[in-house]
Amino acid sequence: MSGKVLIQVRDLEKHFGSGGTIHALDGVSADISRGEVVVVIGPSGSGKSTFLRCLNLLERPTGGTITFAGVDITDPRVNIDLHRQKMGMVFQHFNLFPHMTILENMTLAPIKLLKKSRDEAEGKALALLERVGLKDRAGAYPSQLSGGQKQRIAIVRALCMEPEVMLFDEPTSALDPEMVGEVLEVMKDLARDGMTMVVVTHEMGFAREVGSRVIFMDGGVIVEENAPAELFANPVSDRLKSFLAKVL
Amino acid sequence: MADFQDTFYRCFIEDNRWRYLTRGLGNTLLITFFALLIGVALGVVVAIVRTSWDKNREDMRPGPGRTLLCAANAVCRVYLTVIRGTPVVVQLLLGVFVILVALGNDVVIACLVFGINSGAYVAEIIRSGIMSIDNGQFEAGRSLGFNYIQTMRYIIIPQAFKNVLPALANEFIVLLKETSVAGYAGVIDLTKGGEIIRGRTFEAFLPLIAVAAIYLVMVMFFTWLVGRLERRLRSSER
Repeated sequence: MSGKVLIQVRDLEKHFGSGGTIHALDGVSADISRGEVVVVIGPSGSGKSTFLRCLNLLERPTGGTITFAGVDITDPRVNIDLHRQKMGMVFQHFNLFPHMTILENMTLAPIKLLKKSRDEAEGKALALLERVGLKDRAGAYPSQLSGGQKQRIAIVRALCMEPEVMLFDEPTSALDPEMVGEVLEVMKDLARDGMTMVVVTHEMGFAREVGSRVIFMDGGVIVEENAPAELFANPVSDRLKSFLAKVL
Repeated sequence: MADFQDTFYRCFIEDNRWRYLTRGLGNTLLITFFALLIGVALGVVVAIVRTSWDKNREDMRPGPGRTLLCAANAVCRVYLTVIRGTPVVVQLLLGVFVILVALGNDVVIACLVFGINSGAYVAEIIRSGIMSIDNGQFEAGRSLGFNYIQTMRYIIIPQAFKNVLPALANEFIVLLKETSVAGYAGVIDLTKGGEIIRGRTFEAFLPLIAVAAIYLVMVMFFTWLVGRLERRLRSSER
């Protein structure tokens, strides 16, 4: 683990349902340091997506604290919108804005929120598009793109806000198999650049290759966490063993 | 044929009676235009209040914001119930003779009454549009750092508006024709203009057919206009 802690999660709880009968998260604690790529794996319903969505408060936790860059963002007095600007998020279903061109998708937030000039925002967006090989699609609408292209755009849209951390919520799960590679390539590139990333995924190859740490969740708790080589080679808990037996 | 010419002359030419129609048409367009503006403005606000409350009632922490939104939502619900539960003619008569009587100007009152009436229907149309937008759009907006209002303004409302444009166009056409009851309150609109000619000439056929034809042409024109707007907005989805 290198660098100082960027996100500190303590005793995070999320209870759903009437009277909080469903415990999606049941006391999760984790530290995410700058430059780290943390990959979260686990069976469906394990709480891994809920955990990720709590990090930028898309889900409001029912207990525990999240400290981002030294600020407890679960404090009701904190303006979460300002902190979300520094936390990019990529969704399973891309969620590009269908009524805007690719360039407009990417420049909307920098212009409105960071008060950048249109020229500056477009320059940055075009440079990022160039990097993911989609510069020629700047004027296209999302519906004209393939799934893989949409997800690459979604990633660079988040990058336009110059975030300190990128959160990925199963970014390749909705893609056709032949498009998974192009998206993972962009994510690997990002990791090499030293971006702090938290990735919920089923791509064990990605976890092994790029992850600096892998967290295995089940039943709303962290069951095991370790460096990927160690975690995949020598799983300790029975639950991880049986999970790996199914997915590898 | 000579008969027809004679009737036509008496209905429209003699004493410049065609002016009843043009004057009435002016008022009809004026009332429709301002009622539309008021209706859409009111409708958007009511729809946003209603959806905001429905969306956030469970997540919002107790406090002045929540209390305010709860109260606003209650007011909106009463507004929708009362306006949609009473006939527009009754609302108009109440407006002219009771509630807005101080305003004095019948045309202004008609604009307000039809605007407030239309707002209730527009609100429900826009609310259905907002609810038709995938929640992921909302989350994408919020995750970029937009607050609730900004997300609504830049991301949700433009898409919702596009989805409900046919329904809004329909409401607009209904509104245009609905203003024909303005004569009840003494406003000289297009229908009333035709009625005045009928009263003066004892001819029913030509004045009323003329009135009907003018409504029809207007509706056809606006339908065509909306169709063009719709095609332009849809261009992003091909």
